[in-house]
Amino acid sequence: MEFNGLLTATVFLPLAGAIVIAALLRSGGKVHLFATLVLLADLVLSGLVLSLYDRGGAERFQIIDRFNWFGEGAIIGSASFTASYHLAVDGLSAPLVLLTGLLGLAAVLASWSIQTRVKEYFVWLLVLQTAVMGVFAAQDFLLFFLFWELELVPMYMLISIWGTGRKEYSAMKFLVFTILGGAFMLVGIIAVALTSNLATFDMTQLSLMGISSSSVVPVGLIFWFFVAAFAIKLPVWPVHTWLPDAHTDAPTAVSIMLAGVLLKMGGYGLIRVCVGMFPELEHAQTYAWVLAVLAVVGVLYGAIVTLRQTDLKRLIAYSSVSHMGLVLLGVAVGVGGGTLFGSDSENVAGLALAGASMQMFTHGTITGLLFLLVGLVYEKAHTRYIPDLGGLAGRMPLIACGFLIAGLASLGLPGLSGFVAEVMVFLGSFKAFAWPTALAAFGIVIAAGYILWMLERVLFGPRKERFDLITDASILEAAPAVMLTASIVVIGVYPSLLTDYFGAGIAHLSQVSDLVSAGK
Amino acid sequence: MIQEAAVWAIFLLPLGSFVAIALVIRPFLNRFSGLAALTTITTIGASFALSLVALGSVIDNGEVLFAPHEWLSLGALQINLGIILDPLTSIMLVVVTGVSLMVQVYSLGYMRGDPGFARYYALMSLFTASMIGLVIASNVVQLYVFWELVGVCSYLLIGFWFTRPAAAAAAKKAFVVTRIGDLGFLIAILYLFFNTAAFAENGLNALEIADISAGVQLGLLGGTALTLMVMGIFAGAMGKSAQFPLHIWLPDAMEGPTPVSSLIHAATMVAAGVFLIARFFPVVEASVHAMQIIALVGAITAIFAATMGLVMNDIKRVLAYSTISQLGYMVAALGVGAYVPAIFHLFTHAFFKALLFMGAGSVNHASGTFDMRYMGGLRKYMPWTYMLVLIGSLSLAGIFPLSGFWSKDEILAHAWGGGSTVDTVVFWLLFAAVPMTAFYIFRMVFMTFHGEFRGGVEAEEQDAGIPSHQGEHKVHLAESPWVMVLPMGLLAVASVVAGGLVNPVVDILGIPAHWFADFLGGKSDIILSLAGLSLAVAVLGIGTAVFLFLVPNLLPGPLGAPFRLAHHLLSRKYYMDELLEGGVTRRGFYGVGGGSLDWMDRKIIDNFAETIGWSSMNFGRVVALLQTGQAQGYVLIVTLGAIVIGGVFFAFMWT
Repeated sequence: MEFNGLLTATVFLPLAGAIVIAALLRSGGKVHLFATLVLLADLVLSGLVLSLYDRGGAERFQIIDRFNWFGEGAIIGSASFTASYHLAVDGLSAPLVLLTGLLGLAAVLASWSIQTRVKEYFVWLLVLQTAVMGVFAAQDFLLFFLFWELELVPMYMLISIWGTGRKEYSAMKFLVFTILGGAFMLVGIIAVALTSNLATFDMTQLSLMGISSSSVVPVGLIFWFFVAAFAIKLPVWPVHTWLPDAHTDAPTAVSIMLAGVLLKMGGYGLIRVCVGMFPELEHAQTYAWVLAVLAVVGVLYGAIVTLRQTDLKRLIAYSSVSHMGLVLLGVAVGVGGGTLFGSDSENVAGLALAGASMQMFTHGTITGLLFLLVGLVYEKAHTRYIPDLGGLAGRMPLIACGFLIAGLASLGLPGLSGFVAEVMVFLGSFKAFAWPTALAAFGIVIAAGYILWMLERVLFGPRKERFDLITDASILEAAPAVMLTASIVVIGVYPSLLTDYFGAGIAHLSQVSDLVSAGK
Repeated sequence: MIQEAAVWAIFLLPLGSFVAIALVIRPFLNRFSGLAALTTITTIGASFALSLVALGSVIDNGEVLFAPHEWLSLGALQINLGIILDPLTSIMLVVVTGVSLMVQVYSLGYMRGDPGFARYYALMSLFTASMIGLVIASNVVQLYVFWELVGVCSYLLIGFWFTRPAAAAAAKKAFVVTRIGDLGFLIAILYLFFNTAAFAENGLNALEIADISAGVQLGLLGGTALTLMVMGIFAGAMGKSAQFPLHIWLPDAMEGPTPVSSLIHAATMVAAGVFLIARFFPVVEASVHAMQIIALVGAITAIFAATMGLVMNDIKRVLAYSTISQLGYMVAALGVGAYVPAIFHLFTHAFFKALLFMGAGSVNHASGTFDMRYMGGLRKYMPWTYMLVLIGSLSLAGIFPLSGFWSKDEILAHAWGGGSTVDTVVFWLLFAAVPMTAFYIFRMVFMTFHGEFRGGVEAEEQDAGIPSHQGEHKVHLAESPWVMVLPMGLLAVASVVAGGLVNPVVDILGIPAHWFADFLGGKSDIILSLAGLSLAVAVLGIGTAVFLFLVPNLLPGPLGAPFRLAHHLLSRKYYMDELLEGGVTRRGFYGVGGGSLDWMDRKIIDNFAETIGWSSMNFGRVVALLQTGQAQGYVLIVTLGAIVIGGVFFAFMWT
């Protein structure tokens, strides 16, 4: 048993806050403030997690909280099982914990205008935060699954009660897709437990040793169970259709969380489990090609469909499908690992995976910012329908400025964080998949098209008469946007702040040779 | 010897100016927006001074080497930030900061009273800083970073008056079209990294520009792959330097404020493409096929754009097509191996084209319009502008002894001397563009400054049926203020004397003959008989313009019935906008491609998912029939299930 306590506090502080709100506070202005303070404290804690993680240290997993939950002798068949309460982070998950903290605060700040069923709303928002944090921190498969499924409840409530449009339909669609993914994962977890030579649910051990021997279920099948689970979450084409609906009908804060961190659970799972725990996968090269093709289809298809969207939220949602394709491309290289690189050329899978991780973080902040701003525009203009908007820049310079920066970051402008991630993915995957990567790179041209066209139609041109009295963001409204913008610029200018962490995290994956030799 | 910090300062000063204006002056001191101009002019002035020091240092000591700094390091990937300070960079630094400084001073007058004054200067600072960052970059990723920043700055400045739909559309078009070229550049970078292991074996970093040239010399890159990579780099250059068919953004880009056009067309955006080829010239040169393609694209662009320049009525459009055409000269020059003449033409063109755009801004200041059909006779009201534009025009037309004469004739001489079929074709295309250049620029001079004044913007609005407001005068026929005329004068001086730097004949004022070529470490020469011939056809072009536009009765001069069809085709820009923007992009890519995928997403993929959901619901209904509420039935099912599970379990245990 080890107990550091920091991660437990980071994960459960929001839940504790939710209980306090539910039990002690009366509905009113205080609830906003209290929830904000809780998530501010949580951001501080998550920042602490990142800064305390020693990326040069000998131990991969750090800041450990672990004690036995049940087992130490529970017999199923001939194997003995242990399940434990086990939280820890490595270089891969520590930045994602910070991302969750960052976007959690942004989301709660974006919720100050909520009027209906205020208390309940903030309770669910805080529960959601605990669930997502838990997914990134959990190192035991059962616990991981628990957090994974826990996230569904608040999401369903938040979309179906506080959403707009066809909110019940969208909430149900989200639920069905995710539960389906969860089912695949559960089968995978059980299969791992049954087949693993280690007879354990412990993810750190599985990460270190890899899932190798098989007795009942072929390893390849387990691999695809997990891929299916995480692919739905990411989402991967063609199981992406829940995303635009959920985004469009969710309240602003939920869109921020959904795009910002929930999708990253899928990408994180792919890297942590599908890449990290299957070092000796048969047919890895073929699987990698399948994933790479899906990735490129996702990038281009997502980008082209984005061009056609007329609802601001839907537009950004589809752009997420395109951007997450790049995460999958990096993952594909990771899955193939050494099999993709000839013996004479350098294995740069680590670069692609670090790029995919960077893409998750940067997409989280950039798209979070975009949804935040769309929320503000919607609040003030009462429409998200692009043809009805126009010429807003003159009356809302702050929002326009934020929109511009977020948009430029989204299309991969150097100096802003999205560029670094995209270039890392491209550099890492070009060697393994030259043509698919070149095709995916065409996505940046389409991205320039849909982003700039969107900005043109929303912000520029002559102002429509009914927006003559529209107001800019207040300081409170602008605060989360400024916070996210700052992170986008800082990481864009000096990406080593994050790449050092991700590099250290990725270097421990066995398929990766280039970062291991670097001794990170 | 110049210190490294001083070179960084050339870049950081304007960048700091941008940060200061964007974060402090614009949000908190917007009432004192003059501060923004002051900050910009001071910092760019300091950068200019430091650039001169840098140039001096390179002249004295040759290329100055600095160790690069690590920016991003991850396994095999190492991206450094560093400085190349060689003759090419030192010349570019002087051009960029010098022209930019003139533009900033000029803008004091041109942009006075604009509500976006502080934003304007912030963006101009960033634009200048980005271009400086581009020319000093020692790493190809670093170069790409500033390459894109230059692109985004031009986006923001072309769309500066964002409430005008045309400006917003032009800005977007500029960015998207150039990004198509950038994609090629990006893939070239990916290919370089592809070879990183081979480079590493030789102790080279595949992303360092100096190492790339070294690697090509070692034969690490070669054959078709090298040609494809060079074509990728060239694609980038085609976008930024507006080469056919990616030239379509540049004429629209005049929607930005005129000083922005002046900067874009002379020292920043479009110069970046030519600079890129020059920077990678040792690599480009290694591929014969790529060189031929580059030469042909450049020559075709030169003549293609010149023909469109013949008929434009908008003064800035004439200049825009002129820029495309002149860039074609530079690109063609690089393609035929005329490295020094290409850079020299970039150098001289920067001065006289900046001057000409400022002239266009100056006449707009007076007449309120850019349409030359409503100008005329401005010579009387603005003699300084007239004289300075005349100098710029003579230089552009390539009249002896102005700088344009030298740089253009060096390119022609080099193409003539090349000998191969491609060289010959390139020569004749470029030569045919010479009289056209002289014609269109003097057509512009005559329509603008000669004859009688035709009413300016007031007449234009009357013709367009826009009601004019009582007592409002938009036409102010007077010379522009000195802050606008002075920079033009300085640029005119540069246009006149810059030719002396290269003169291949004699030493003038202590500058040795061939100074420029020796400094850049290349060759350049001029063939006197050829120069005489090109001078003659240029004069012929001017003469035609005199005949058509100075003789009063023919003005505004339709070219006559036989030419009507050609005139129509030219003034519609060969229907390139309709074809590429309307046809390929809007109808094809967006309409058919996007439309069908969008349809598929809604009708097939989403439907499929819903069908599964629907059928599982129906399955649920069927299963629900089993729920009869009778305990006996449940027990039966449970027992059956247990037997099956037990059977499976034991089957596995005993195998």
